[in-house]
Amino acid sequence: MSLHIQDLHATLEDGTEILKGVNLVIPKGEIHAIMGPNGSGKSTLSKVIAGHEGYVVTSGSVKQDGQEILEKSVDERSRDGIFLAFQYPSEVPGVSNANFIRAALQARLPKGQDIDAVAYYKELYSKMDLLEMDRKFTARAVNEGFSGGEKKRNEILQMMMLQPEYCILDETDSGLDIDALKIVAKGVNAMRSPERGMLLITHYQRLLDYIKPDYVHVMSEGRIVRSGGAELAHELERDGYEFLKEPALA
Amino acid sequence: MLTTTPVTPTYLPEWFAARQQAAWQRFLTLSTPKRGDETWRFSSIKQLDFSAFRRNPINGVNDLIARSVGLEAPAAKLVFVNDELVHVESNLPAAVICLPLSEALVSHSDLVQAHFMKQETRLGSAKFAALHEASLSNGVFVYVPDKLEVAGTIEVHHWISGENSVIFPHTLIVTGTSAKVRVVDIFRSADDVLPGLAIAFNDLSAGQNSKLDYVAIQDFNEMTRVIQINETSVFRDASAIGFILNTGGSWVRNESLSRLEGPGSRSDMLSVAIPAHDQEYDQRTFQHHVSEGAYSDLLYKNSLYDDARTIFSGLIFVDENAHHTDAYQTCRNLLMSDTCEANSMPGLEINADQVKCSHGSTSSQISDEEIFYLRARGIDPINSRQLIARGFSVDVVERLKCDEVEALVLEFIDDKFRRIAT
Repeated sequence: MSLHIQDLHATLEDGTEILKGVNLVIPKGEIHAIMGPNGSGKSTLSKVIAGHEGYVVTSGSVKQDGQEILEKSVDERSRDGIFLAFQYPSEVPGVSNANFIRAALQARLPKGQDIDAVAYYKELYSKMDLLEMDRKFTARAVNEGFSGGEKKRNEILQMMMLQPEYCILDETDSGLDIDALKIVAKGVNAMRSPERGMLLITHYQRLLDYIKPDYVHVMSEGRIVRSGGAELAHELERDGYEFLKEPALA
Repeated sequence: MLTTTPVTPTYLPEWFAARQQAAWQRFLTLSTPKRGDETWRFSSIKQLDFSAFRRNPINGVNDLIARSVGLEAPAAKLVFVNDELVHVESNLPAAVICLPLSEALVSHSDLVQAHFMKQETRLGSAKFAALHEASLSNGVFVYVPDKLEVAGTIEVHHWISGENSVIFPHTLIVTGTSAKVRVVDIFRSADDVLPGLAIAFNDLSAGQNSKLDYVAIQDFNEMTRVIQINETSVFRDASAIGFILNTGGSWVRNESLSRLEGPGSRSDMLSVAIPAHDQEYDQRTFQHHVSEGAYSDLLYKNSLYDDARTIFSGLIFVDENAHHTDAYQTCRNLLMSDTCEANSMPGLEINADQVKCSHGSTSSQISDEEIFYLRARGIDPINSRQLIARGFSVDVVERLKCDEVEALVLEFIDDKFRRIAT
């Protein structure tokens, strides 16, 4: 049981190739981190897995527990258990947070079946308490006027409510102060499970102090160029990405 | 309808009969709007051929009364079918007058006369206002005396029934000093496909320091043409809300005029419109600051689907002595298809000093990134777009500041979105 990315190539609509053959396996129960300099293709990888239509997959495959997902639409992938926590979550004016998450849960139910409102709010409030989010966030429009930290917490709240099988967190640590980072990490750690695989995309080792990954990968120029254990993150923090300028190790 | 002189029933007061006759003469004399008239710019003039419409007898009354569902516990409820009152219930205090207009014209003739159609229709439909005045046979008259605050909401249903039926609903609401009232008009068709015509008029007069909230929900079938004229006068320290929801109709012309008559008066002119298919909504507004120190705020939001068209033309007009005016006007269009068309003509004319005014209109589409965000949570493309479009309208609805009425308006909005989705 894994999210299996194999020789994945993807371009922008204008043909510029961003992913140049990504290979990565994220088994359930493991947390993987991808680090790498700006422009290496980390965010593109997360969006391609989620199904963003602004990218064209030219070859390769992404299999969820053996099943190809590249044929599926964005919303289908989400309903089938892929979750992307956005680096820059959109604002949705006029749609309350509670109604938004409820619509997302409703989308997972068979036609004619409705969410049990009482159970839903109970669940929502317990997750919000864990993320130290004020109750007033349920009535506020999704991400509208939220600070950077509040937006990221809101992403984790959605993730906790939707209980996906595979979570991809795109630079969830960016723009967070240390207190907010700890709270977000608490949420992510609470989601750790043998039934779930996670991919953290980050610039900084700091996040990995609070969410300990099983494996760390380095991405550069559209490929995974190095993989190792959690200690690799410390090495990168200390030495930077200078080694990327040397001839490829592989 | 357009060739026969309407006859005023003999039991109605003389002044009213005289006004109806004069109005008929005006209707005959005034020229039909034509292409090139500024007040009809971008309008589909061909829609103004009303020769096929006629008065029709009513049937299926019990069914329509049963379908007249709105608020859970309205303060009063009246149901009209083709302008004929078929049902009434009321829990209003005895001092409040809430009567069918035909009855009020007899029992409170002077009071009706003092407030009935006092303003000049200046936004283009003077001819049709005259036709309305000459032809109207009924409507609602609400008068709330000084210092009386009506708890709850008065709910009025207006049905069009039969093929090519015409109705002339009239709502006249008057609040005394420091009084308060809220009225909701709901306009619907008995049948889904039969063509109809409604030439409606709402006459609102908010007395000193009073609060008058008026909501019109227009949900006729998509074969019905509508002219709806709203004229509001707001006196010293009074506040009036006029809210229009347009979901139905094939062609709808709204003319909304607010006259700020006293210092400290406030007028909120609000509208949500969700045209789809080939519906056309033509909105003309006028914020007339007669008095100094008054406030008006207009917010119109249109979500356009398919080949729908909207026209918004708004003018803030500040009279010479209306110093210290605060006046705002915003029209926002959300374009939900590549083939819809939104025309906006905001305008401003200021003849006084120390005035705060702004006007603006915008048209935008939902960005791909917004849609991606919702879809990445599992919500399908149609629902994603509708959730965003609904959210776009919600802040206008929330300006009503009344939970039960907001919920009612949202029900009609959601129902429209369901119809669009299928």
